[in-house]
Amino acid sequence: MTRRYSALSLFKEGLAGQTGWKQAWRSPEPKPSYDAIVIGGGGHGLATAYYLAKNHGIARVAVLEKGWIGGGNTGRNTTVVRSNYYYPESVELYGLAHRLYEGLSKDLNYNVMLSQRGMVNLCHSTAEMEVGARTVNAMQINGIDAELFSPEDVRRVAPIYNFSPDARFPVFGGIWQGRAGTARHDAVAWGYARAASRLGVDIIQNCEITDFVIEGGRCRGVQTTRGAIRADRIGMAVAGHSSVLAAKAGFRLPINSYALQACVSEPVKPILDTVVLSPGTGVYVSQSDKGEIVIGGGLDRIPSYAQRGNLPTLETVIAGLLEMFPIFGQLKLMRQWAGIVDVVPDSSPIIGESPLPNLFLNCGWGTGGFKAIPAGGTLLANLLATGRHNDISRPFDLDRFASGRLIDEAAGSGIAH
Amino acid sequence: MQLFPCPFCGPRDETEFHYGGDAGNVRPDGADVPIERWADYLYLRGNPKGTAREIWVHMSCGEFFVMERDTVKHEVLSSTALGGEHAA
Ligand SMILES: Cc1cc2nc3c(=O)[nH]c(=O)nc-3n(C[C@H](O)[C@H](O)[C@H](O)COP(=O)(O)OP(=O)(O)OC[C@H]3O[C@@H](n4cnc5c(N)ncnc54)[C@H](O)[C@@H]3O)c2cc1C
Ligand SMILES: [Zn+2]
Repeated sequence: MTRRYSALSLFKEGLAGQTGWKQAWRSPEPKPSYDAIVIGGGGHGLATAYYLAKNHGIARVAVLEKGWIGGGNTGRNTTVVRSNYYYPESVELYGLAHRLYEGLSKDLNYNVMLSQRGMVNLCHSTAEMEVGARTVNAMQINGIDAELFSPEDVRRVAPIYNFSPDARFPVFGGIWQGRAGTARHDAVAWGYARAASRLGVDIIQNCEITDFVIEGGRCRGVQTTRGAIRADRIGMAVAGHSSVLAAKAGFRLPINSYALQACVSEPVKPILDTVVLSPGTGVYVSQSDKGEIVIGGGLDRIPSYAQRGNLPTLETVIAGLLEMFPIFGQLKLMRQWAGIVDVVPDSSPIIGESPLPNLFLNCGWGTGGFKAIPAGGTLLANLLATGRHNDISRPFDLDRFASGRLIDEAAGSGIAH
Repeated sequence: MQLFPCPFCGPRDETEFHYGGDAGNVRPDGADVPIERWADYLYLRGNPKGTAREIWVHMSCGEFFVMERDTVKHEVLSSTALGGEHAA
């Protein structure tokens, strides 16, 4: 029975006719009670369960997912991983995530295909270059790798950009993070699921939370489409559906749900080996390992729970793409889709206990939480295990909206990420 | 492209409209409004899945109005001018 993935096991299985591979994770029936329940089988929920078992020794844990794991935003995102944020609080958070990503394939024994191909955020004017220099300085002071790129540097990493003299968005330079890159989104979900399952976590799909069990003013479990399941510690990581579950728990959140869409072209030969983002067009682009050009842009402008993209935004994104890379005019689009993202006024996540005691939140990642999955999981696991914040999660508590200590990363996070 | 009904101009392209927040989110008044009430007014949202009552503005003519919409189907259920009154 092959349990560990390695070159050797691949070779042995080749000789044995691939008959020894085990299911990557178990699919048990839900038990009536657990030490902790995690709602939502996206990256954040699965990572939470894994770190509960690994870092805190709490393995009587269930991940309850209404559909299939990774079927939400985790499996729909454009997979950019980076940590080029502005405020120290964000640097701690995304820096932790970035470092964990760098060791993740080894830690999980699952290749998440992290490709640190670098990312450039373009500057289209002298004024933008000044802001760019300020951002780079802030990042360097905070200990994050960053470099201010000249137009020649940009030309070196993205020669196919539109450098013509009449370009609508000329290049004055850019903000470069060399450690940024992409990872395989499904592999992140599956890798955490497999590793968590091996530590004893129950991963239960097709199990929708329909209500909370509330006794004595505290959350004591959940009602699901597969019956009631009890636990005294419940974490919720349901992204765009956070407000829906919050309403059932009796509180409101500073969240609006919007569709964020993306699209990919047919696969082509390697032509772009970095991630390019233009604040002018609001579009960012990379090329997947399969050769598809992966294209992302801004939010659809209408609050929505419809998991599909609307045409006006797609049109804006494609127009922006062709302005940046006229050469892509010959490409055929292969797929277009959307995910429902949880947008918060200061573009920073919410991590902490909810107004309903025993229920803990991990949400508000909006357009950019894929890169944060290892940190979101570590921090929610810590909250569930200890009931307390650590220094990294404390600033992201829900109480910042009453105290006014917002962490406004709207600029740092750009349009999408 | 979806058409939204402006109470003043009639049906127009969705791109001409801008979303303005929950209808009925009235600014608290007075000197001793507790912090929680301010936070509630400024930041907390219903964000319903299904029927929603929202303030929109038609940017072409400047009309503010209440639109009832289904946030899953994107179907427009009604569109009413604000008429100087609070849409509570
Ligand atoms: C088009 C697009 C592009 C993006 N690009 C990037 C990017 O390049 N880089 C980046 O860092 N981020 C990006 N993001 C954002 C990123 O995808 C998300 O922030 C991240 O995946 C959120 O992970 P999650 O685990 O919190 O949520 P999800 O992966 O959405 O998981 C939540 C899960 O909860 C489940 N759920 C919901 N309600 C219930 C219920 N009642 N009961 C049980 N389960 C429930 C859902 O089915 C879902 O599987 C992008 C998002 C989109 C949509
Ligand atoms: Zn009008």
